[in-house]
Amino acid sequence: MNWLSEPLLASLVAMLQAVVILLGVVLLGAVLTVVERRLLGLWQDRYGPNRVGPFGSLQLVADMIKIFFKEDWIPPFADRPLFVLAPAIAMASLLLSFMIIPITPGWGVADLHIGLLFFLAMAGINVYAVLFGGWSSGNKYALLGAMRASAQTLSYEVFIGLSLMGVVAMAGTFNMREIVNAQEGLWYVVPQFFGFATFLIAGIAVTHRHPFDQPEAEQELADGYHIEYSSMKFGMFFIGEYVGMVLISALIVTLFFGGWHGPWLPPIVWFALKTGAFLVLFVLLRASLPRPRYDRVMSFGWMFCLPLTLINLLVTGAVILLADPL
Amino acid sequence: MSADTLTTEPAATGAADDPVVVALRQRFGDHALLVQPTLTGMPVLWVARESFGDMLRFLRDMPEPFEMLYDLSATDERLRAHRHGLPEADFTVFYHLLSVSRNRDVMLKVALREDDLALPSVVSLYPCANWYEREAWDMFGIDFVGHPHLTRILMPPTWQGHPLRKDHGARATEFDPYTLTVAGQEVEQRALQFKPEEWGMQREREGTEFMFLNLGPNHPSAHGAFRIVLQLDGEEIVDCVPDIGYHHRGAEKMGERQSWHSYIPYTDRVDYTGGVMNNFPYILAVEKLAGIEVTERAKVIRVMLAEMFRISSHLLFLGTYLQDLGAMTPVFFTFTDRQKAYEVIEAITGFRMHPAWYRIGGTAMDLPKGWEKVAQGFLDWMPRRLREYERTMMDNAIVRERTRHVAAFTTRDALTWGVTGPNLRATGCNFDLRKQRPYGGYEQFDFEVPLGRHGDAFDRGQVRIEEMRQSLRIIQQCVDHMPAGDYKADHPLTTPPPRERMLEHIETLITHFLQVSWGPVLEPGEALSMVEATKGINSYYLTSDGNTMSYRTRIRTPSFPHLQQIPALMRGGFVPDLIAHLGSIDFVMADVDR
Repeated sequence: MNWLSEPLLASLVAMLQAVVILLGVVLLGAVLTVVERRLLGLWQDRYGPNRVGPFGSLQLVADMIKIFFKEDWIPPFADRPLFVLAPAIAMASLLLSFMIIPITPGWGVADLHIGLLFFLAMAGINVYAVLFGGWSSGNKYALLGAMRASAQTLSYEVFIGLSLMGVVAMAGTFNMREIVNAQEGLWYVVPQFFGFATFLIAGIAVTHRHPFDQPEAEQELADGYHIEYSSMKFGMFFIGEYVGMVLISALIVTLFFGGWHGPWLPPIVWFALKTGAFLVLFVLLRASLPRPRYDRVMSFGWMFCLPLTLINLLVTGAVILLADPL
Repeated sequence: MSADTLTTEPAATGAADDPVVVALRQRFGDHALLVQPTLTGMPVLWVARESFGDMLRFLRDMPEPFEMLYDLSATDERLRAHRHGLPEADFTVFYHLLSVSRNRDVMLKVALREDDLALPSVVSLYPCANWYEREAWDMFGIDFVGHPHLTRILMPPTWQGHPLRKDHGARATEFDPYTLTVAGQEVEQRALQFKPEEWGMQREREGTEFMFLNLGPNHPSAHGAFRIVLQLDGEEIVDCVPDIGYHHRGAEKMGERQSWHSYIPYTDRVDYTGGVMNNFPYILAVEKLAGIEVTERAKVIRVMLAEMFRISSHLLFLGTYLQDLGAMTPVFFTFTDRQKAYEVIEAITGFRMHPAWYRIGGTAMDLPKGWEKVAQGFLDWMPRRLREYERTMMDNAIVRERTRHVAAFTTRDALTWGVTGPNLRATGCNFDLRKQRPYGGYEQFDFEVPLGRHGDAFDRGQVRIEEMRQSLRIIQQCVDHMPAGDYKADHPLTTPPPRERMLEHIETLITHFLQVSWGPVLEPGEALSMVEATKGINSYYLTSDGNTMSYRTRIRTPSFPHLQQIPALMRGGFVPDLIAHLGSIDFVMADVDR
């Protein structure tokens, strides 16, 4: 057994971890579709899906069977290559971002020095999914949705990075694991509250979740950019949205709520609890808020969030310099 | 009233003393008009084709003017037997004007010969005549000279004939079996092709190429089979053209083929969220023709159920209005409330949405035992919920931002476009028929008329919430003071006649038999009744020719002009504003197309 050298063993373990995390995230995204419907049902005085299996527990299986066996229709007027590529980008860019999330001291896929930048890059790529999907569908509603998405993402990408720079400045690194370790004493949500608030807003916008779901606004655009998609291609957009929710929640926990840190319970439980709390928040927002007009969403980003992040960064920098002059 | 008394005796209605008639006589001379005695409650004046345009202008511009062209349609007179003393006519076009400042109406009628079915268009005087004239063209083939776009509006463009003419079939069995050949299908397909020019829109302007977005007839926010084609520059609406007729079922034509009694269930389906509210104007008009005065108990029962349906309809409005603004939860809550309302309605009538529960001369049944408890339960439930909707939604910053100053119009605009009901009152115009022209016993009730100020999408929502409170007040008064007595009038034309008396002697048995088999025969005449329905003023203008069936049933619904107004409001707006406006109008397509 001497071929099983130490480095090989380590890389095998790392690969195994990566596969487990990948499957875990995709599964979690799928489960969330049902969890969201049950939670919405709870808050809306109705049952939600409760027919398949005990307490509706097998609803997910039924949904999967349905979505896999639906006709995978590509409209004849669509731009085929882009049409097929779009859902793949939607899913892949978000899944790749999970690479940088340190789940527990021992779990995580990669420990990149530029961890946070990698996420920002992937979030930038993610908008191509919407753009391609909307453009290649050859449908006016999809096009309007894509136009909204590009305008919205442009506005929000500007300050999603800026909102995190306070954290980076305090921790002195882009590496996620080191950022978590730097929060052992005090979670960054306290000194970086405005950074947290703006990142939460931008995170919702990036995942096109309500109330920033203008690109797919059901009442206006009848589903927007993915209106022509069916079967698993639609499924990838759909699950991609939930994967995005998980990603943003995990990032918030990692960057602002001390990651796996917490007393008594094991790290993995803390991480799961905190992430779960933000996932529920995402659902609660959808249940409770109306949708603002998309141009107001844009002006809110530029006129309010951007200045706020800039001021936040300025103050953070000043405090760091005052406390610890170079 | 027999056929012989249907003459031009002005004394019959006192219309000759009407200040409007006097003013018209002074201006146009004694012979310019002929007063027709009717039971419509307004002066009905026959005027010549040459002078009616001037008269309309005079009425529109006089002090305390007739601001609104309330209705415009036609009658095919060719088979009408009882029309002594009226001018010779094959077709009649009538213009029903309404004055809010005078709280009076007047109807002008123009006689037309079959070989010369043409009239000057009045779109330049009253913009809302546009769709009404198109409908008259579609249904009767009357040409309105000078109309900007005289095409079919309710029937498909390929339709042959004009359905409301007496020589057009009313039943499927009067036609050959329907076939669709390949060639025929191609013709139909071609007719469906969208060409912006045919809709009066341009493809480009100053180098900007516009995008045409087809919204509907199948779209989540179109509230039924409604289509509106948008001419977009980015997301800005340059122009838009509503297209209706997808829900047309020919309710007016059916009125000519159903007995006075058996037509009642058809009215339920005109504004299908309004239930018995639709029976109300029809039954009131029939009772005018029959000369029936119903009992106090029947009046109060009717008012109570009509208000129940007003609440139910407004709740549906509130839920979908907020959903159109992107709030997904309220609609589930308002549907819970509607369920509570339906429990009361079901306990009393046995049905939910379409009880068809009013009868000529009363109601179908008396109130069941213990109805007060059910009704009181609903009355106790609702106020807390309404407060909650106001707190969570109408005070919400996003809702306010989406609806404040969106699709706002003034009282003047509203009257010009024929807007009535809560949409009119949202502009601050205090015109509620239940107060201004109490009908069916409303004068006995104590309630207020909520008004808005800005006439925007927000006020249209807020006014309706307030109206629900007032309706609850009215229902509470019904519960507290329900009069004892009979629920049916003691009148030979009450249909169906009280069954208890049916077996007493042969006369009552024969009457019962005739009225439930053939239906009651009403004296010749014309009657019109308006009610403040859930969405605005709804009226039935019935013409009886002394038969078991109506000769002409004209249904004027509020949603029809409300939709016609959309382009005037939306030019320059954004797509989300259009959705907010569509949500705030509160229309159902059945109420538009009939």
